[in-house]
Amino acid sequence: MNTTNLPSYLDQSEAVKARFDKINQRETILEVRDLGKRFRTPQGEVEALRGINFSVRRREFVCVIGPSGCGKSTLIRILAGLENHTSGDVLLDNKPVKGPGQDRGMVFQGYSLFPWLTVKQNVMFGPKIKGHGKDEAERDARTWLELVGLEKFADSYPHQLSGGMRQRVAIARALVNQPRILLMDEPFGALDAQTRSKMQSHLIDIWKNIDITVLFITHDLDEAIYLADRILVLKAHPGEVQEVIEVPVPRPRSPGQFTTPEFLATKARLEALIHPAPAPEPEDEQAAQPQMIRFTNVADNVE
Amino acid sequence: MSLIANLPSVDSEMRKRTLLAIGSFLLPLLVWCLVSYVPFIWHPKVEVTDPGGVDYFQVGMLVDKSQFEDETAFTREERLTPPAGKPANPIYLPAPHEVAKAFYTGFAKQPVQKDAPWLHESLWHSIQIIFWGFLISSLIGVPLGILAGTYSTFARLSEPFIEYFRYLPAPAFGALAVAILGIYDGPKIAIIVIGTLFQQVLIIANTTRKLEATIIEAARTLGTRGVKLLTKVVVPGILPDLYRDQRILLGWAWTYLIVAELIGTSSGITFYITQQARYQHFDNVYAAIMIIGIIGFGTDLILGRLSRSLFPWDRSQDRR
Repeated sequence: MNTTNLPSYLDQSEAVKARFDKINQRETILEVRDLGKRFRTPQGEVEALRGINFSVRRREFVCVIGPSGCGKSTLIRILAGLENHTSGDVLLDNKPVKGPGQDRGMVFQGYSLFPWLTVKQNVMFGPKIKGHGKDEAERDARTWLELVGLEKFADSYPHQLSGGMRQRVAIARALVNQPRILLMDEPFGALDAQTRSKMQSHLIDIWKNIDITVLFITHDLDEAIYLADRILVLKAHPGEVQEVIEVPVPRPRSPGQFTTPEFLATKARLEALIHPAPAPEPEDEQAAQPQMIRFTNVADNVE
Repeated sequence: MSLIANLPSVDSEMRKRTLLAIGSFLLPLLVWCLVSYVPFIWHPKVEVTDPGGVDYFQVGMLVDKSQFEDETAFTREERLTPPAGKPANPIYLPAPHEVAKAFYTGFAKQPVQKDAPWLHESLWHSIQIIFWGFLISSLIGVPLGILAGTYSTFARLSEPFIEYFRYLPAPAFGALAVAILGIYDGPKIAIIVIGTLFQQVLIIANTTRKLEATIIEAARTLGTRGVKLLTKVVVPGILPDLYRDQRILLGWAWTYLIVAELIGTSSGITFYITQQARYQHFDNVYAAIMIIGIIGFGTDLILGRLSRSLFPWDRSQDRR
């Protein structure tokens, strides 16, 4: 990529600056203070996360990005209450998080819908657990299915839906509980490129129209820039916050912005952070270097 | 491949499959017919039709081929009338039509021996033993298995002992069962329970462990916890696999039946079989053995069909 003519990713237009000022005036929904996570493995103790600090404002869209093994999944699982942290605090509306709860909705990457329930029953699951009556739960489910455009599939089983539709159901199922924050762990990672970009636009539409704050994990740089207000860049071994980038791409976002100078500048910065100049490979990696032997006719060239 | 291109072949694929299934039954039957009806295949015995000059031969008697040839040579030397006979199979291998007849008479005609049970009476008794044995085993084994599969502490507390106990052969408890439960149906049911229960706990615990972790985590983020996690997520999540396990285990319960019925007073289908074998009514023996297979296989077929309507979301069925 030619980065010489690009503006700095730190330059923000007036509109973008004004937007961040507005965001910063909103109340904090989620606050993470000096969060650390260590766990024991047969190979010894591993520090997955160290000294993570950040906060998310109401109706902000925050993406978390980082190389594989940087602990981004561990981070979101701690926020969801599915894992314990070993140090620091996680505060939701200034109250410490203890275990999973309906105040934090979660969308997983993998197949997480209940296969024995229809689409509608999947969405009704949360309200029913909360103790709502069947009629009320059903009414809520219908509303949210309409929002994700799946009211026609209310009585289908998850296995009858495509990957993109399943993730829509998962989003509706999380949102029906009206959580304070929606945690998304690489939710579109398993989808094909076309479906993925459709889902990204759809997610922005949902986020625009309802009172929800989103924390979104991805390893796709374009996805992060396209969706986020701010991007939390993690580094690996141990997982630490490397930089918090305020995305200078103005809103409303559209796929047309993928080639604007602000977008490319941000992407160049992310690339530099996540894929730095190649460090010398460890020895076991070198041992696995392929030795290319010619198995075809010398004259039979493909390139 | 597109779905439309697939459609016409689905029908013929099904027909082919049905034909092969029928064939798998016809092939062994064909072998049986060949051995029974083609005189030069096997037939190691000779059925005497005319004793001739051999004083101990009788009409209808089965003798070894070599013995028959020796006696024929002997009569020729002594210038006596040689005996006549036709090739025959040993008495323990009746021909298909004889067994088919035994099927009919077993259900329709009073047994030859007085106070001997009818085939269907014996069978009904056996089915009851299986039913109670499997029910009691399931009432204990299924909940234990689900608990062990869900809570690792519970698994670590129970599974080593169960693992040990399952190697103890169920029939070894026969004498003990009789001492405790008497000589009638009690010990028989106990043997089936002992034979099934311990495998059941381990198998169902394993099935429970295979439930996607993401599904449980998703339920937890939706606010599910405690007992509700078990009743609303784990149990419905494993239900189709649990049902499949139970079908396999029911088959195992049948294999313990014969041993179980020999304990205390012999009863049920086993009593029928041993009784008929004692009188050398091997056609009845075969009929009785086959009917066990028919009942077992038939129940499994019905249960298999049922699972399609019980678990419409279960996709592992599509692959079969």
